Amino acid sequence: MVVVKPRVLVVDDDAALAEMLGIVLRTDGFEPAFVADGSRALQAFRDTKPDVVLLDLMLPGLSGIDVCRAIRAESGTPIIMLTAKSDTVDVVLGLESGADDYVVKPFKPKELVARMRARLRQHEDLASETLTIGPSDAPVSIDVPAHQVLRNGSAIALTPLEFDLLVALARKPRQVFTREVLLEQVWGYRHAADTRLVNVHVQRLRSKVERDPERPEVVLTVRGVGYKAGPP
Amino acid sequence: MTEAPSRPVPSAAVREAALVPPVRQASALRAALRTRAQAGIRAFIRAWQRSLQLRVATITLLVTGVAVVVIGVFIVDQVAGGILRAKREAAISQANVGLESARSVLAGIDAGVVADVADAQEQITANLTASGRSAGLFSIAIESGATAFGRGATTEVVPVGLRRLVQQGNLAVQYSPLRGPGTAQRVPGLIVGEPVPARSGLFELYYLFPLTAERQTIALLQRTVLLSGLSLLLLVMAIALLVTRLVVRPVRVAAKTAGRLAAGDLSQRILVHGSDDIARLGRSFNDMAVSLQRQIRRLEDLSRVQRRFTSDVSHELRTPLTTIRMAAELLYANRDDFPPELGRSAELLRAELDRFEALLGELLEISRYDAGVASLESETADIRGVVATTVAGSALLAARHGSEVVVHAPPVAVPVEMDSRRVERILRNLLANALDHGEGRPVEIAIGYDDEAVAITVRDHGIGLRPGDAGLVFNRFWRGDPSRSRLTGGTGLGLAISLEDARLHDGWLQAWGERGNGAQFRLTLPRRAGHTLMSSPLPLAPVGYAGEEEE
Repeated sequence: MVVVKPRVLVVDDDAALAEMLGIVLRTDGFEPAFVADGSRALQAFRDTKPDVVLLDLMLPGLSGIDVCRAIRAESGTPIIMLTAKSDTVDVVLGLESGADDYVVKPFKPKELVARMRARLRQHEDLASETLTIGPSDAPVSIDVPAHQVLRNGSAIALTPLEFDLLVALARKPRQVFTREVLLEQVWGYRHAADTRLVNVHVQRLRSKVERDPERPEVVLTVRGVGYKAGPP
Repeated sequence: MTEAPSRPVPSAAVREAALVPPVRQASALRAALRTRAQAGIRAFIRAWQRSLQLRVATITLLVTGVAVVVIGVFIVDQVAGGILRAKREAAISQANVGLESARSVLAGIDAGVVADVADAQEQITANLTASGRSAGLFSIAIESGATAFGRGATTEVVPVGLRRLVQQGNLAVQYSPLRGPGTAQRVPGLIVGEPVPARSGLFELYYLFPLTAERQTIALLQRTVLLSGLSLLLLVMAIALLVTRLVVRPVRVAAKTAGRLAAGDLSQRILVHGSDDIARLGRSFNDMAVSLQRQIRRLEDLSRVQRRFTSDVSHELRTPLTTIRMAAELLYANRDDFPPELGRSAELLRAELDRFEALLGELLEISRYDAGVASLESETADIRGVVATTVAGSALLAARHGSEVVVHAPPVAVPVEMDSRRVERILRNLLANALDHGEGRPVEIAIGYDDEAVAITVRDHGIGLRPGDAGLVFNRFWRGDPSRSRLTGGTGLGLAISLEDARLHDGWLQAWGERGNGAQFRLTLPRRAGHTLMSSPLPLAPVGYAGEEEE
């Protein structure tokens, strides 16, 4: 059996870092491609069709935020930001523009690879599974193996991360998930991580699946605890 | 069995009124009036102290009022005196003129014959009236030592003292009220009396001048003076108000503008007209504001540059550090393939990179505090959860030190409004510090709380602190014992950052320690953001030890 190596697009202008990333990624069984200029990142993305994107936020040409937005506009491919600042608006801005996760420089190679693997995780459960959540007059149904979400018969396009988040909530409709639990189940963090990841992606998910994102019916907030799926 | 009161109880007010004797009511009324008067006086004093305009107007009113009263009284006095003096002189000359005529008429009349005297009086009146009225209207009365010939009650009118003077042969003058013509009302008057010698004895001739006209003139004068005085007073007060307003208004504008400037709106300026003193005040004020704004802008720019620099350094350092870190990890992972000294070098390289990274991270963190850009992201969370997370996160370190971490937590949730990330960092630092100095003995964490605050103490049983060190442990890069090797490789900034984190929460972070008895650190946080701490739910020193309370 031939294992297809996952392709990684590295968008970073620092040549040394890019080269080092290349060495580490090849060692860990990835097939990296590189682009150093923000303005050429989108074209490189279309050419290489990567399975995951590593994106530096500070880029010449187009900024990392804009690149992120441009890629997200045409694909749900996981994007992991490489950032030098962990607690600035940049992180929130990057997440809001569509990044799935971020790692703070200087990161350890294992940490980076773990983040990438979490995003590339294949759903081995191929058994047919359909989940339904949300209000009875406009339910949202999820076909898990087909990676498809339907509302009133029309498909909703979700990124893989948003899909995972929705499935995690929908599988246990009565359970309230804390942000920490969601970080572990969806993002694959084993230790406490940035809960802003959860907040931002719940907002993004709501903007797609809710009729009125201001008054959510599918993904409900449980004040002071976390989130849960709306009743089916 | 007790009897329940069946009668309706009169209302308190009625009963009160019925019980209060009149004297007490009066005294109560007086007290009420006094209170009201006192309140009024207090209000006036407050207004007096607050308003320059009121002060100037009041002082002007008082000074002008006194001046107007003095001048008015003086004028009225002078003019009235003048009028009466003239009248008196005219009356005396009238009496002198009439003397001859009266003498000739009265010469042959016997004082005893009443009819003759009446005729004589008419005759004299006619003569004198014909001779001119230079002294105004008057009437005449003739008396003699023995009899009164006047019609009616001349004797009532002429005062006894005057008569006595005239009877002694003098010309005498006296102001005295007269009976008005045709009425019983008395009017002010002037009486001139002169003796007229006659054959049969001495007649007294009295001229009675009513002073009605003079009195009216003086009253008119008084009214005029009073009216003009009042007008003058009002005018002066209006001028005072206007002038002070002219002065006070720009001052008030300046005060208001200064207030806004102080509140942070640096673009506030005063509108300046003309070139008088007020305008100069405004212009100087504006100059001050401009210079202030420039200074603050400069400082802001500096601060922004500083922040920007920190941020850039952060990014610029972190990117190459990432490359180095990855390279080191790669070398470390393959160290078994290297000769021993290269393998050991890879180990050292990796270990020191950890320290370097930690130090860089904390330097950047503390520079963020110095630049004043650190901000809280508070939300309500259970403090026990934060403690549990910290303890779980430090399990590896605890295992390496061989120390057991014991947590004494309350059985109920203790919600605290806080930035969990920062509080966790404080606790992590305190716990790492306790493990580092705990010498393998148990480390105890206790949580205490009341309505206002929550306290967490971290106690170790290690070497403790020397006297005086409790205040120094939070200093940057402070080393308790320079000769002691450290296992965790703390940066020396952990406690300093923790203190800043605590202060950001308006909380306290304090240390207690005794040589040989270990140390205890206490973090106290207000349970609601922005609340000022008054006390801590837990003592700073462990039970059984004396500790001074100091922040």
